[in-house]
Parts: sequence; structure tokens; C-alpha cells
Amino acid sequence: MSFAGDSLYFGVVISLLAYWWGLWLKKKLGWAVLNPILVAVVLVIVVLKLLRVDYADYNEGAQYISYLLTPATVCLAIPLYKQLALLRQNLLAVVIAIAAGVAASAVSIFLLCLLFRMEHVYYVTLLPKSITTAIGMGVSEEAGGIVTITVVCIIVTGILGNIIGETVFRFLHLENPIARGLALGTSAHAVGTAKALELGEIEGAMSSLSVAVAGLMTVVVVPLVSNWI
Amino acid sequence: MRYVKECAVILGITLVGEWMNDTLPFPVPAGVYGLFLMLFLFCLGVLKLEQVEATGNFLLDIMPVLFVPAAVGLMESFEQLRPVLVPVAGVCAISTLVVMGVTGGIAEVFLKRMGNKKTKNRKKSREGRGERK
Repeated sequence: MSFAGDSLYFGVVISLLAYWWGLWLKKKLGWAVLNPILVAVVLVIVVLKLLRVDYADYNEGAQYISYLLTPATVCLAIPLYKQLALLRQNLLAVVIAIAAGVAASAVSIFLLCLLFRMEHVYYVTLLPKSITTAIGMGVSEEAGGIVTITVVCIIVTGILGNIIGETVFRFLHLENPIARGLALGTSAHAVGTAKALELGEIEGAMSSLSVAVAGLMTVVVVPLVSNWI
Repeated sequence: MRYVKECAVILGITLVGEWMNDTLPFPVPAGVYGLFLMLFLFCLGVLKLEQVEATGNFLLDIMPVLFVPAAVGLMESFEQLRPVLVPVAGVCAISTLVVMGVTGGIAEVFLKRMGNKKTKNRKKSREGRGERK
């Protein structure tokens, strides 16, 4: 096996460098499509293919990056606590907006699956696509979906939400930072929250809250709608 | 020593979250239990922001990178996805757009309406006081 496949640090370093390069590229060219996460993922895949390193060997090292995701999620409590007064003031609007988003997710997936004539198994696989992976996997499994495809859809949704967020806000004239945060967290879970944190602390706090609340609401909603197709 | 203490607190809360995920019957991930646990400790005043802020902000800052390895894993499931690639991609893209628009739009409208009501109420009470004088 090659050195790159054996090394424990190769996966970590290549991921960090690829993200760094993605940041640089975005700054240089300024296109929204050049999302640093997307650029990093494509670049890492290309490098792995060129060096003929298996994903399993890459992940031997890179898993230590993923390992930090759970404590990072816990730390979302920090921006949320700082904005707690603002949340209390607007609690009703916040809960209504997240609930509307969760309902919109189920209804739009139902209609689109009808439109594309998709089978039941793909319908339930797609239903949890807007919530955080850790909750979504369980929801998909419970509903009889294909968990690996659910994970793919969750990640794709997250990156997509992260990319289109700012454009959508400009297009729909969404100016309230609370509304922006709720929209990112409810549609694109933790990856959307990463974008929300870049936009500002209020956005980050509201997005963090949405990830948890929308995730829990989806757990309740999916069994109610899973037999529609 | 600051970072040792901060890491101990953050990872300790994560550990309790992991334990709750393992013990309690709800489909709540360890990170979400941990998030609410940390929030609860802040509210009780047991934990101060300064006790976790340096490490916490570091973790939040690097958060986007943390998704890269999992997303690179997509190269593994591509074959499985190939037969339904187009419709699945279509559903993902359109419904993400819909959810974002609906959530943001409803929030914006409600926040504006409630905000107006609050300022009106404040005005009314001010006027009320004025009349009494």
C-alpha cells in the first residue's frame, strides 16, 4: 500500500488543505457555487482517485475530524444562550416558522415523489433529508427507508442549502436575521448552521435551535405521512 | 491550563449526552442532548460562558470542515444511487428551496406583524398614561 493510504495524518491534512484552498478560491473568484465545503469534497475525491487511496484508508485518519462534530454540536448552545432573550421575545413566531418548514418539507417531498413516480421506499428514504444526520438515519430506518441513501441526501441537502442560502434571502427579500437563521437550520440542518454562523450570531443561534426543533418535529411527522405513497 | 479545563467541560457534557442517547428511549442524538444540557447549565448559572468560550468558539469556527470526511464518503454510495440519481437530486434540490423559502418567509411575516403589535401596544400604553395626566 502507498504511504498516503497508510498514513494517519494524510486524511486530516488533505481535508484541511482542500477546505483552505476552497476558501481561497471563493475569495478570489467570489462565486456562490464555489462553496468551500463543496470544493473541498470534490478536491479530496479527485486526489484520492489520483493517488488510488480507498475511502476506508482516507477515513482512517479523517475520522478524527468527524469525531469533533458531536462536541461542536454541543457548543451550538453558546450562541443560542447569548441570544436567549431574543428567542423568548419571539418564541411563538419561531415555533410557527419551524413547524411550517417541517410541514413544507413533508408536503413538497410527497408531491415531488408523486411527480417523479417514485416508489414508497424512496419516498420514506427522502422524508428525513432536511434534518441532522444523527436523527435522520434513525427516522429513515424506522420508516423502512434505505439509510445509506438517506445519509447521501442529507449531506447533499446541507451543502446545497449552505450554497443557495444567501441568494434565496436576496431574492425573497428576507432581511430579518432571525428569519434567515430559522430558514437555514430548518432546511439544511447543521451544514446550513455553519453558514448561519458566518452570517452572524443571531442567525447562528436561531439556526442551531432549528436543527434541534425541526429534527424532533420530523421524528413525529414522518410516521404520520409515510403511508401517503 | 485554560484549554484543559474547557475541553474537559465540553467533552464531559458530550459524554453525558452520549449516555442519555444510549439510555433514554428517544431518537435524540448525543449532540442535541448535549446542546440542551449545556444550555440548561448556562441558565442555571452553574456554567459560565467564559468557562467554555475559547474552545467552544474554536469548534464552531472549524465546523464546516467537520462535514468534509462524511461528504467525501458519497463516493462510496454513488453506485447505489445511480439508478435513481436524477429524481432524487430533483427532489432534494426543489424541496430544500421550498423549505428554506417557506420557513424564512413565514418567520419574516410573523416577526414583522408581532413587532408592529408590540410597538403599537407600547404606544397605546404611553398614550394611556398621557390621558391620565
